Amino acid sequence: MMPLTARPRLWRLARLEFDPVRNRRVLLYPEGAMLLNDTGGEVLALCDGTRTVADIGAELGTKYNADVTTDVATYLAKLAERELVHDAQ
Amino acid sequence: MPSETLQAPTTLLAEITHRCPLHCPYCSNPLDLQRAEAELSADEWKRVFSEARALGVLQLGLSGGEPLLRKDLETLVDHARRTGLYTTLVTSGLGLTRERALRLRDAGIDHVQISFQDSDRANAERIAGITSVDKKVAAAALVREMGVAFSVNVVLHRGNLDHIGEIIELAASLGADRLELANTQYYGWATLNRDALMPTRAQLDAAEPVVDAAVARYRGKMQIIYVLPDYYSQYPKACYGGWGSVYIVLGPDGRVLPCHAATQITSLSFDTVRDHSLEWIWRDSPGFRAFRGDDWMREPCRSCPRKTVDFGGCRCQAFLLTGDARNTDPVCSLSPNRHMIDEALAVAAGIDAVPAYTYRTMPPATAAAARVKAAIGD
Ligand SMILES: C[S@@+](CC[C@H](N)C(=O)[O-])C[C@H]1O[C@@H](n2cnc3c(N)ncnc32)[C@H](O)[C@@H]1O
Ligand code: SF4
Ligand code: SF4
Repeated sequence: MMPLTARPRLWRLARLEFDPVRNRRVLLYPEGAMLLNDTGGEVLALCDGTRTVADIGAELGTKYNADVTTDVATYLAKLAERELVHDAQ
Repeated sequence: MPSETLQAPTTLLAEITHRCPLHCPYCSNPLDLQRAEAELSADEWKRVFSEARALGVLQLGLSGGEPLLRKDLETLVDHARRTGLYTTLVTSGLGLTRERALRLRDAGIDHVQISFQDSDRANAERIAGITSVDKKVAAAALVREMGVAFSVNVVLHRGNLDHIGEIIELAASLGADRLELANTQYYGWATLNRDALMPTRAQLDAAEPVVDAAVARYRGKMQIIYVLPDYYSQYPKACYGGWGSVYIVLGPDGRVLPCHAATQITSLSFDTVRDHSLEWIWRDSPGFRAFRGDDWMREPCRSCPRKTVDFGGCRCQAFLLTGDARNTDPVCSLSPNRHMIDEALAVAAGIDAVPAYTYRTMPPATAAAARVKAAIGD
C-alpha cells in the first residue's frame, strides 16, 4: 500500500492520454504503454503531486459512494513498484 | 489468424534515413543501406504517422541511421505529437545543436535517447569509427536542458563489457532518467562482426553482479534496463508480442516490416506505403501474415508450452542461421540447430586476438559492396 499521506504524481517520463481507438485512457512512457480501465484512469488523472492518497480515495469514494481508499493505495503501490508513479514529497 | 481477432498495433519504429556519420560495427541496420534519394518525403511520413495513430499505434520511435540528418525532423515531430503519439528520438547525438534542441522541444518531443559506445574515450572513438564523444556529451547536456525524458543506450559486446561499471556511472553523470544496456543482437552489420563482438561467458558473469547492484542503487533515480544476450540463454527472446501483432517498422523508403531485421528474410517480400495503405499492409499483406498466430510452426515449437511466451523466438535469426524462417530459433536449447550457437560461443571463448571490425559504411562504392558480399558469402 502507498501511505495515505503520500502525494503521488506520474513519473516525469510518463504521459496520460485518451486513446480514441481503444476508447480508454492509456499511460504512455518510454518503450511502453499501459491500457487503463475507467477507475485506473480516474485515479491517475488525480495524481498531480498535490493531492494525497487519502484525498484521491475520498474524491473517488464520494463519486462511487463507497470506501475505495484501500483499493486506491494498493493500486498506486503497484504502479510505484514499476516506477510509473512517485511520491512528490 | 482471422482479421477480426487482430489487435491494434502499439508501436511504430520509423527509420527515417539510413545516412549516418558513425560507423558502428554492431549496427543492426541492413547491409544494403538506402541512399537519400530513396527516402520518403516529409509529407509521406506525416501521412504514415496519422495512419498509424488511427490504427491504434501509441508509441513512435524516430530512428535511422541518424534521424538528425533529416532537416525536416522537427516538422515530423510536430505532426506526430499533434496526433497524440508518444514520440522518442533515437539518436547518436551528432547534429544536435541548441537551436535544433529548442525546436524539437517546441515541436513536442517526449523522449530523447542518445547512444554511447563506451565510457573509455579512446575505445568509444574506435568503435564509432569517428571522433564523437565530445559531441555526444554536449548533446546529452542539451537534452537535460530541454527538460524532456532522457535515456542513454549502450550496445554491449566483447569490446566494452568489461567497462560496465564505468558505463553506468557515465550515464548517471550525464543525468539520464533511464539507461538501456543492450547486449548486441546479431542483425545487419553485427552479423559481419560476430566473432569480434561476441562476449565470453566470463565477461558476462562478471558484468551481472555489477548491473544488479547498480539497478538497486539507482532505483528511483535512473531506471536501468539490462538486455541479456540471447546466445547465452536457454530460451530465445520473444518476437515482440509475436510476428505482426504489436510492432511495425518502416524503412527509409517506406517499406513496412514486422521487425527491423525482417528484410534479411529474403524468402519474404514486404510492401511499401507508396503502394498501399498502412492498414492494408498491417492486416492483409503477405509479409505481415506470414508468421501470425502459430499455424506456421514446426516441432519442437508446435507442441511446446512456451510457444505463447516466446512465439518460437526470432524468425529473422532462424532464417539467417538455418535458411528457413519457419524453424525454431537456434538459440533455443530444444532446437536441433542449437549447435550452431554453441559453435559460435566456442569460437568466442577460443579467440585470443579479436578480429578487426568491418565498419558500417554507405554502399555504392562498388568495392565496399563486393567486400560485404564476400563476407556474407552470396
Ligand atoms: C540503429 S540505431 C539508429 C539510431 C542512432 N543512429 C543511434 O545509434 O543511436 C537504433 C538503436 O539501436 C541500437 N543498436 C544498434 N545496433 C544494435 C544491435 N546490433 N543490437 C542491439 N542494439 C543495437 C543503437 O545503439 C540505438 O540505440
Ligand atoms: S548504430 Fe551507429 S552506425 Fe548504426 S545508425 Fe546508429 S550511430 Fe549509425
Ligand atoms: S521449442 Fe520453440 S516455443 Fe519452445 S521454448 Fe524453444 S523456441 Fe520457444
